[in-house]
Amino acid sequence: MSAGDRRTRSLAERVTELRPNPLVAAVRSAWPFVIAIVIAFVLQAVVAPAMSPFKAKMLLDIGIAIVLASSLNIVNGMAGQFSIGHAGFMMIGGYAAAVVTYYGSIKLLGVPLGVDVPVIGGFMGSGDLLFLASCIVGGIFAAVAGLVVGLPSLRLRGDYLAIVTLGFGEILRVLVQQTPEVPSPKEAAEAGLGTMMSHLGGALSFTGTPTYVSPTPWLENASGEQTGHAGIFFTYLIVGILLVLIYRLKTANQGRRLLAVRENEIAAEACGVNTSRTKVTAFVLAAFFAGVGGALFAHELGATLSPKELGFMKSIDLVIMVVLGGMGSITGVVCAAAFLTVLPELLRTLAPMITNLIGVSVNPDAYRMPLYALALILVMILRPQGLFGIRELWDLRWWKRYVTPAWTKIAGGWLIPRAPKDRP
Amino acid sequence: MTTLVQTLVDTIALGSLYALTALGYTLVYGVLRFINFAHSDIFTVGAWVAWSFCGLFGWLGTGSPIFAMPIILVLAMATCAALGILIELLAYRPLRRAPRLNVLITAIGVSLLLQNCGQLDWVFGRQGQPMPALVEDRSLFMLAGVNIRLVDITIVLLAGALMVALERLVYGSKVGRAMRAVSFDERVASLMGINVNRIVSITFGIGSALAAAGGLLFALKYSNIKQPADTTWVLLGLRAFVAAVVGGIGNVRGAVAGALLIAFVEQFGAAYLSANMRDLFVFVVLIVVLLVKPSGLFGKAVVEKV
Repeated sequence: MSAGDRRTRSLAERVTELRPNPLVAAVRSAWPFVIAIVIAFVLQAVVAPAMSPFKAKMLLDIGIAIVLASSLNIVNGMAGQFSIGHAGFMMIGGYAAAVVTYYGSIKLLGVPLGVDVPVIGGFMGSGDLLFLASCIVGGIFAAVAGLVVGLPSLRLRGDYLAIVTLGFGEILRVLVQQTPEVPSPKEAAEAGLGTMMSHLGGALSFTGTPTYVSPTPWLENASGEQTGHAGIFFTYLIVGILLVLIYRLKTANQGRRLLAVRENEIAAEACGVNTSRTKVTAFVLAAFFAGVGGALFAHELGATLSPKELGFMKSIDLVIMVVLGGMGSITGVVCAAAFLTVLPELLRTLAPMITNLIGVSVNPDAYRMPLYALALILVMILRPQGLFGIRELWDLRWWKRYVTPAWTKIAGGWLIPRAPKDRP
Repeated sequence: MTTLVQTLVDTIALGSLYALTALGYTLVYGVLRFINFAHSDIFTVGAWVAWSFCGLFGWLGTGSPIFAMPIILVLAMATCAALGILIELLAYRPLRRAPRLNVLITAIGVSLLLQNCGQLDWVFGRQGQPMPALVEDRSLFMLAGVNIRLVDITIVLLAGALMVALERLVYGSKVGRAMRAVSFDERVASLMGINVNRIVSITFGIGSALAAAGGLLFALKYSNIKQPADTTWVLLGLRAFVAAVVGGIGNVRGAVAGALLIAFVEQFGAAYLSANMRDLFVFVVLIVVLLVKPSGLFGKAVVEKV
């Protein structure tokens, strides 16, 4: 390109030239999702069968914790709006999804729930599709709630906002506790919309949801029928999608706006950031994924969908994950979520050793929460930005030294664009 | 009529208890500008410490001497004051210049720590305990068919006395003037020769002592103590906290007014609308007040400066 060219052509024309070929762009924007699908598939088909059922359940728990903690990371970490009612969104999503699958299985698919019906229609069959739809419905319901809770954030900040989110979670809990029992499958077949929306099981739990999110790997019985659900596949599919979206959010304009609001709202506003819009968007996005996480939780094997389970303590658990991992760090929160999910088990295995060491019998469950609380205080005093701060795994020195060169060698040129040679 | 009088009595008694706790939130907010989430746990610890002292002196059964009550009250208040000062020293003082969000998270951490350490077997344990009747459980007189119990009268009188004492302290003593000065402007106060750290410690001590008194009186009224991490405590603390916010946090008289309002909404809502929804009413009041007048009913609006 000569200097003369540059003068005669308009800026728009020159920008068009810099844009990649639409086909290449499409591939480039889609490949992370493809990789997410592949990873989820490998976890389900290869890794999970090799694990003990207990460890496979752990894998599931980690996945769900990542979804929930990462969604909280959008609003707490990136936008800096301290919310301690995140389990409320989870509750809305979980209950909405449970309603969809419970009544959907009975009314749409005509399955008599209550008896053990392991798989409806096989992998990606009607049952799985219903489950995926329920995740989306749960997310949408939670997102609407996110909009409602996000609006006060325009007037309130800091501790006051925290109280409002807490109040929201508590109000939801009280409301759900008042609801009557879930009708039995036989009654459910005749139930109207009003009954479906209001009979949520009250203080006990929503019973009868099929367990789509179970750690059992695909199994086939002698007659070739599938007897397990692809729970790990679906969970990690959602984890993958969420993480890619959050990464893009963080590096895009919208994410920069979130961080600006977090650092200083007044300064952000002075720079032309529409702070109201940014904050509400953060709430809606976070609520949507919390709802999806709640939907996963509602269908998980061994999880009870009850208002008590999804109360204040659940919100605090999620806050601890985000704070320890690093507010605003995607990979940091993922690591913290995984670590804190495994920690109780780790403590349980370590307990006999500690008992031997000090000669006093220790009950690890009793010391879990005091340890978390202490960690929370110490992190706030010694490293207020969390373990990772706003940095990611790949910003760390050892990662840059060992992993980045290897990855560039493997993926450079086709998965990630190679840096142009002519640019300094 | 009976329901009305009974509800009114409960409202006044509970309102006084909430006020004692709300005052702690308000005092701390006044000097440090942050909401001490761990304050409600001091309330819990107060009740449990009182119970422990009763056990120590062998007053767990019935028929404890008449002087048991003041001794236990003073001991519980002193222990909790020490605990409050210690918490401030270890957890909050290192964060004096940190962003408010960090202090808030630390406060939640302290709250969790107190709750869960209290549950350990060698502290208070996981079981609820019956509280001995330090104040004789008898009715003083009948009012419209309602027994006015000695406990309720004690609560109202004691809480009232403590509040008057606090009022005299804040508005009529040298320490109180120093507290108000720190609340007004920390830096200028320290330039005027006020030891800010000492005043903050004193504030924490006073707030925690009031909460301890509240905890003891609450345990006496309901004559049992739930386990330290029970949701009852959390909700109780939240109501007191809501009272402080509704009254305008940082405002001593507002906290008392807010506490009575919250107790009124809770008790009358429970008696006349639905007993299970009392927390709903409280939080709805909170959210409405915050949305309409974020600084609370008696608070001053603060403009944030750049």
